[in-house]
Amino acid sequence: MNATPEKTHAMNIGNLGRVQMEDTSDVAIRVQDLNLYYGDARALTNVNMSIPRNRVTAFIGPSGCGKSTLLRCFNRMNDLVDICRVDGKILLDEKNIYDKDVNVALLRRRVGMVFQKPNPFPKSIYENVAYGLRIMGVNDRRQLDEAIEKSLRGAALWDEVKDRLQESGMSLSGGQQQRLVIARAIALEPEVLLLDEPASALDPISTAKIEELVTEMKDKYTIIIVTHNMQQAARVSDYTAFMYIGELIEFGRTNDLFLKPTVKQTEDYITGRFG
Amino acid sequence: MHNWYKSGAPWVWMTAGAVALSLVMVYAVVWMTAAQGLVHWWPKPVAETTFTERDGKQTRLIGEVRKREEVSVIRLRESGYTLDTQDKFTHRYLIKQGNRDITGIDFKWYPGPLLGEFAYPRELIAVERREWGHLYGHLKAVKENGTVIAADEAAWPALQERLTRSNQLFKEIHRIEKVDIGKVNYAMERLRLKERKLALQNKLSAADSTEFAQQRDKLAGEFTALQERIEALRVDIARDSIVAEVMEGQQVDVPLANVADAIMPNDMNVLQKTGHYLAKFVEFIFDDPREANTEGGIFPAIFGTVLMVLLMAVMVTPLGIMAAIYMREYAKPGPIIRIIRISVNNLAGVPSIVYGVFGLGFFVYFLGHNIDQLFFPEAAPAPVFGSPGILWASLTLALLTLPVVIVATEEGLSRVPRSIREGSLALGATKAETLWRTVLPIASPAMMTGLILAVARAAGEVAPLMLVGVVKLAPSLPLDGNFPFLHLERKFMHLGFHIYDVGFQSPNVEAARPLVYATALLLVIIIIVLNLFAIRLRNRLRERMKGLEGV
Repeated sequence: MNATPEKTHAMNIGNLGRVQMEDTSDVAIRVQDLNLYYGDARALTNVNMSIPRNRVTAFIGPSGCGKSTLLRCFNRMNDLVDICRVDGKILLDEKNIYDKDVNVALLRRRVGMVFQKPNPFPKSIYENVAYGLRIMGVNDRRQLDEAIEKSLRGAALWDEVKDRLQESGMSLSGGQQQRLVIARAIALEPEVLLLDEPASALDPISTAKIEELVTEMKDKYTIIIVTHNMQQAARVSDYTAFMYIGELIEFGRTNDLFLKPTVKQTEDYITGRFG
Repeated sequence: MHNWYKSGAPWVWMTAGAVALSLVMVYAVVWMTAAQGLVHWWPKPVAETTFTERDGKQTRLIGEVRKREEVSVIRLRESGYTLDTQDKFTHRYLIKQGNRDITGIDFKWYPGPLLGEFAYPRELIAVERREWGHLYGHLKAVKENGTVIAADEAAWPALQERLTRSNQLFKEIHRIEKVDIGKVNYAMERLRLKERKLALQNKLSAADSTEFAQQRDKLAGEFTALQERIEALRVDIARDSIVAEVMEGQQVDVPLANVADAIMPNDMNVLQKTGHYLAKFVEFIFDDPREANTEGGIFPAIFGTVLMVLLMAVMVTPLGIMAAIYMREYAKPGPIIRIIRISVNNLAGVPSIVYGVFGLGFFVYFLGHNIDQLFFPEAAPAPVFGSPGILWASLTLALLTLPVVIVATEEGLSRVPRSIREGSLALGATKAETLWRTVLPIASPAMMTGLILAVARAAGEVAPLMLVGVVKLAPSLPLDGNFPFLHLERKFMHLGFHIYDVGFQSPNVEAARPLVYATALLLVIIIIVLNLFAIRLRNRLRERMKGLEGV
C-alpha cells in the first residue's frame, strides 16, 4: 500500500459524499472512525462509511483484508473474541451500537447474520425457523406457524419443505440449508441482514438461487454481503466497498466502482492484477 | 517374508487378534458364570448306595453325586481308609448328603472303591427345609397332631396337599411379620421420637402426653392382635409333620412348617424338572435370603444395587454436568482451570477404597453426625444419618464417578461446532440461552456416555461400599410402604458384596459356590441392562444430531 492513512481517509470521505448526495439521507448504518485491534495488531484502520437503506452493499477484497471482520462489527459478533477491541462508532439509526447501554441480544435481532457455511441447528426445520422467535418468548402455535411460513416463503424455501417441516434441518441439501438459515434470520424481521460469503460453500445452481433471493430481499432489508467473487458482487449489489489490509479503499455505486474506479488499487484488484 | 511384512498384513493380523482375544474373554466370563450358576436349580438325581467305613461297618448312603475326581491311593490310605487295590490312583466322589442335623456336614468326599453300586430308587425324596438345609431319604408317613394319617405309598400325595397348605400359612405369617408388624413398629418408633422431640423442646404438655399414651395404647393393641394372629397361625402350621427315614436308617420327624419344598427328583420327567427349575429361579430373584444367604433368593441385594446406582446417577449427573459447563463455557482458560482439570482426571485414578474411607470419615461421621445433632436430637443416642446407609453409599460412589461424567461432558461440549454457537448468538440468543437451547442438547449424547461409564463403574464397585452402607443382611428394604417411603438412612444389600459374602464368609462353601456364580451372572446382567437402557437413550439423542460434524 502506497497511500498514507490520511490520504485514504480523504478519499473515503469523498466517496461517502458522493453516495450521500445521490441517496439523500437514507442511511441504515454509519461507520465512523472505526479501528479494530486483535491484541496489538490492528485489523481495521479508520473505516468511515455510510451503508444505504434497502440496498445491497457488497464488501470485496482479497483474503484477510478485513471485510468479514468489518461485517462482524455490525452485529458485534467480534465481542466473542476475547482479545478483540473496537474503537470508533457504528451508528444504527443514529445510535452507536458500541455504547455501554446497548443490549447485544436485541441488537442481533435487528441485525441478522448468515454465515459462510450453512449452520442449521440439529432440530426440525420448523424449530430452526422458530428458534429466534421462541427466544423472544413467542410460543403461540398459530403465531409461530404464520411467521414460519412467511419466513420460509421469504427465503424461497417454502415450496420445497412445506410437507416436511418436522424433519431435521440437517437433512436438507447445502443450498436448502443456507436458505433455511436465511429464513431463520428473517423470521425475526431484522432491519439489516449480514451475509458472510453465503454462497462460497455451494454449487452454482444453489448460488444462483441465493443471489436471486438477495435481490428479492432488498426491498425489505438492508443487505450487506461479503464475497470473494467479483462477478457476484457486480450481479447482486447496488453499492460496493473495496477493502485492502484493513482499510476501506473505495466505496461507491457498484457500476461506478467496477467501470471507473477512482483508486489505482481498486482498478488493479478488479482487473485481476492482484488479489 | 519381507514383502509380507511390508504389505502391512502382520499389523492387520495383530490388531484383529487383539479384538478376537477380547471377544473370547468377554464371552468366556459370561459363559462360565452362566454355566456354573444356572445349573444350580436343576433337580439332580439322588443316589442310594452303601459305604464301608474305616472300621469295616457297612452303612447306607443317600445323596447327590456332585463331583468325581482322581486321587492317589496312598493319600487315601494315609487318611485311614483300607483299600484293597494295586492301583496307584483311584477315584473319589463328592456327595451332597444333606441332613445336616444328623450328619453335621452337607458335603463329603467318599473314596470310590469303598462305595457300593449306585441305585436311584424312584421313591427317594429331596426336601428343602427352612433350617438345616436339605433332607434326603424315604418318606415314611405324614402325621397330623402327632398321629399318623398316611403311611408309605399314601404319604406322598398327602404330603403334597398339606405342603401347599403349610406354605400358604407360612407366607401369611411371613407377611404379617414383615409388613404389618413392621408397620406398627415403625409407627411406634415415630411416635416415640415425636414425643421425645417435644420433650426436648420443653413443649410436651399434659394433654400431649395423654394423647401420645392413647396412640401408643392403640398401637400396642394392634401389635398384640397381630401377635395373637401369628400365634394362631403358628399353631395351625405346626399341625402337620412328616416322618422320613434317612441315611443310616434313623427316622426323622420334620414339621411341615420347616419344609419349603419337597420333590422326588428320580421320579421327575424333563418337563417337571423344568417347571421346578423355573420356580426356583423365580424364587432366587424375588425372595429374601435364608440360611446365612446360602439359600433362598437375593431380591434385597438386586433391589439395593439398582436403587443405589439410580440414586448415584441422580446425584452425579447434574453435579458433573454443571461442573463441566462451568469449566468449559464460563471459566477463563488459564493455569488454574488447567490444574483443576488435571486434578479431576487424577481423581478418576484414586483407588476406590480411598473413597470409601473418605465417605466414612466425611459423610458418615462428620456430615451424618452433624445432621443427627441438628435435625434428629430426639433419636440420640441411636444414629440416624450418623451411621452408614444408602444415601452415603450413593454419595460416595457419585464422588467416585464424578470425574468420568465431567470429562465426558467437557469432551462433548468442546465438540459442539463453533458455527452452531455463533448461529444461535446471531439470532439474539444470550450465552445462557444458547447453552440451554443448543449447546447442551448437542452435547447430551456425550453426557449420556459419561453416565453410562459412571453407572458401569458404580454398579461393579464393592470395596468402598463395605465402609459406607452395605451389610450382609438388611432387615428391611430402603424403599417400602411406610411414609416417607424412601429411607435413605437405611443400610442395604448389594450384589457385589453378596458375592463376596456368600463366596468367602459362608459356613457352607460347597453349597454356596453355584450361588456365587449365579449372583455374579445376575450382577453382570443388571449392569448390562442398565447400560443398554442408557445406550438406547443415547442413540435416540444421537439420531437427532445426525449430520452434525464431530458429534
